[in-house]
Amino acid sequence: MTKDSTTKSGYSRRDALRLMAAGGIACFAAPNLLGKPAFADTASPTGRVVVGLSQEPTVFHPLMAHIEVDDAVHFSLFDALFRMDPKGGLQPNLAAEVPTQQNGGISEDGLKWRVRLRDDVRWHDGEPFTAEDVKFTLELITNPNFRAWRTGGHSLVRDITVVSPTELTWRMEEAFAPYLSFLTETFMVPKHILEKEADPNAAAFNQAPVGTGAFKWAQRVAGDHLELVANPQYFGDGPYVERLVFKYIPDMTVLYTQFKSGDIDLTDQAYITADHYDEAKTLPGRVVTLVSGASVESIYLNLEKPQFKDPAVRKALYAAMDRKAIIDAIYYGVGTLTETFMPRTSYYYNPNLPAQEFNLDRARQILDEAGWVPGPDGIRAKDGVRLSFANSTTSGNNLREQVQQFLQQTFAEIGVEMTISNLPAAVMFGEFWLKSQFDSAIAGVTHLIAADPDATNRLATSAIAAKGGKGSNVGQYSNPEVDALLKKGAQTFDPEARREIYSRIQEIVREDLPFLPLFAATYVVGRKEGLEGWEPNSNTRTASWHAAGWRWQS
Amino acid sequence: MRGFLLNRLSQSLVLLLIVSVIGFVVLNLIPGGPLAQFGLDPSMTQDDLNRLKEQLGLNRPLWMQYLDWAWRLVQGDWGHSFRDGAPVLDVIGRHLVATLLLMGSSTVIAIAIGTWIGIRGATHRYSVFDYLATVGAMVALSIPTFWFGLVGIYVFSLRLGWLPAGNMYTIGDGSVLNHIHHLIMPSIVLALVHVAIWSRYMRTATLDVISQEFVKTARAKGLSERRILMKHVVGNALLPMITLAGMQLPSVLTGALVTETVFTWPGMGRLFLDSLGYSDYPVVMGLLMFSAILVVLCNLIADIVVAIIDPRIRLS
Repeated sequence: MTKDSTTKSGYSRRDALRLMAAGGIACFAAPNLLGKPAFADTASPTGRVVVGLSQEPTVFHPLMAHIEVDDAVHFSLFDALFRMDPKGGLQPNLAAEVPTQQNGGISEDGLKWRVRLRDDVRWHDGEPFTAEDVKFTLELITNPNFRAWRTGGHSLVRDITVVSPTELTWRMEEAFAPYLSFLTETFMVPKHILEKEADPNAAAFNQAPVGTGAFKWAQRVAGDHLELVANPQYFGDGPYVERLVFKYIPDMTVLYTQFKSGDIDLTDQAYITADHYDEAKTLPGRVVTLVSGASVESIYLNLEKPQFKDPAVRKALYAAMDRKAIIDAIYYGVGTLTETFMPRTSYYYNPNLPAQEFNLDRARQILDEAGWVPGPDGIRAKDGVRLSFANSTTSGNNLREQVQQFLQQTFAEIGVEMTISNLPAAVMFGEFWLKSQFDSAIAGVTHLIAADPDATNRLATSAIAAKGGKGSNVGQYSNPEVDALLKKGAQTFDPEARREIYSRIQEIVREDLPFLPLFAATYVVGRKEGLEGWEPNSNTRTASWHAAGWRWQS
Repeated sequence: MRGFLLNRLSQSLVLLLIVSVIGFVVLNLIPGGPLAQFGLDPSMTQDDLNRLKEQLGLNRPLWMQYLDWAWRLVQGDWGHSFRDGAPVLDVIGRHLVATLLLMGSSTVIAIAIGTWIGIRGATHRYSVFDYLATVGAMVALSIPTFWFGLVGIYVFSLRLGWLPAGNMYTIGDGSVLNHIHHLIMPSIVLALVHVAIWSRYMRTATLDVISQEFVKTARAKGLSERRILMKHVVGNALLPMITLAGMQLPSVLTGALVTETVFTWPGMGRLFLDSLGYSDYPVVMGLLMFSAILVVLCNLIADIVVAIIDPRIRLS
């Protein structure tokens, strides 16, 4: 059994920098460097891997609006221009190199981009992949009639020019460094198939997609599973298994039972719950691994509520959270303490933030000093505002409900009243969440898009949807210094310079406490012994990000 | 007969109209909506969400959305799923076979065993068998199906290894035998409740018939108990069961929510649950109308069948 520590990263920042810069150059010089190892040419893919998912993948056009679970399929069927490796480095995928300012792929002002492509890629139907496909893909995303997933970043692209079948250029309306990362989740779709469709939202392709990936579409049994088969013509590493099956099992307990009984070979991210971790570790013939996730479980505070406008209240609440006890007693030790929204595996993670200390006396003292005086009922109040608020989370999540009850008791000890008001996920994450209608809420939130450190959508003043903004700053956090830094960070391409910017942002956010971090997400991933080549990657949203490399030990 | 049919059909249309309006309004009143699934996705900006809302037609007034949906429904277009873009009838069709298999087999088991227990309980009233059947039925009705399901999985799958823990078949082996093997446990678990219901109804109906004058007459004529039972009692006792079957048939086709979840059975019940979870309005409305039409049709058919079998009832 292996256990990946989530508290220490096994690589230095310098390594990551080198990877990011050198990866592209190396692959420019030798486009087939990431190609098949010598032995793969003789061995044909064998065996089948069944991946258990607790939600059903239903959106197979990779550019249409979809949710996390669909990524597991997209990563296997399609390729993007670049790929985000487990260390957060950008690697070329369909592109022959990662464009940088150093190699001339991106102009000094960040506005002109040039991308060179591999010349040995074919679609699953045998047609060659060319720069025309890239142009078509990028233009389709911003087609107003197309039900696209996200248009952020893509909407800045102008004047896409196909220079040759393996090279294209475009201009950006403004410099936007995260776009490189966005492109790692922008899968290329075939122009020769989709251009014939009158309505791109209802194309036959959407139910039987054709990609360039390591696996080809085989069949879907709706509500049950879908099956992909190996693409022997794949240009990259793998595939080594003949069939890849994504099996949908909605109930997590049932999913775990089927993992135990051997019906599924791998549970994708987060699908063994923490309360099964101890038992799962002892299962014979199974390897159970703890893997860092990108999201941070936090208490989100609606900063427009008068109770939370006072920074002293936020500090006192944070001091009154016994986070270690929550992880150990409620989450069975699965979870890692963190002080920031940035994943620990990120190159931009700031390890020097002050550590929270659980101290009820200190919490009371902070509130006393700020003038929050206990009323006759023991609940503190100031200027007519009672220190009382509701806390919401998704109903049916028993671990989160236990956290609520635990916090309710400790908060009461410092004169704070917290009531519990939970909602089904489909209700909670609607307008209630997006339009900041909650007092406080517990949720596991990812701040990054495709592992880029830019957190504008979550932290910028312009991203407060409740005030007409364009993002998902649901806590309504607003700090001019953070706004300015976020803007600067998005326009800076040099990773080292960006690291300074995002480190400072983390410091300010740690001081302001717009949300109170509980722990960094840690997933319990289980797989059958003998399944090799599986590698966690918290920089993608799926544990199946590189199924091409999986193989059964012979 | 024609008058009866026309009368019932017009009533049914009004009923379906009411069901559709209430369903549509209630569904749209639930906070959240189909875009709630993107709530935690940092990449979805408010602009993107607004664009999707417009593309899905969700920014129009509710009455307009309803009229548009109803008009298309009348023309045979049940709309497209928000989740995968497939036509609603296709989505329902994909899950219907799985449900028919599971519910069909469990219904056959339930009717066969339930009827037998009911008749035997009535003819051997206050016997040990009758008491056991009564207690058994109470237990089966009181304990939730998922509990039986989980216990079954624990005992027969994990402990004994006799039966699969779930799924419709083993991936890679779609043989009939494999299907049957997977069908055994969920259909028995699901049949438990229905056996209980059928046995209770059948017992009451049989007792009712046994006390009738014509049974006493048959006895007086010296017919054997077995002949009386088969010729006079069972046939008459089954009459009210036809109505019961008519009422239960729609549920057979619309699935068993919990059992399908426990046994990872890709049927209609799970489809309904999933579609509700994602606020996939077109599919939820499709399923609602599908079951409403079934209820209406099945009741109509049951009435007609009863009238044909029982000459005392006249449809006119």
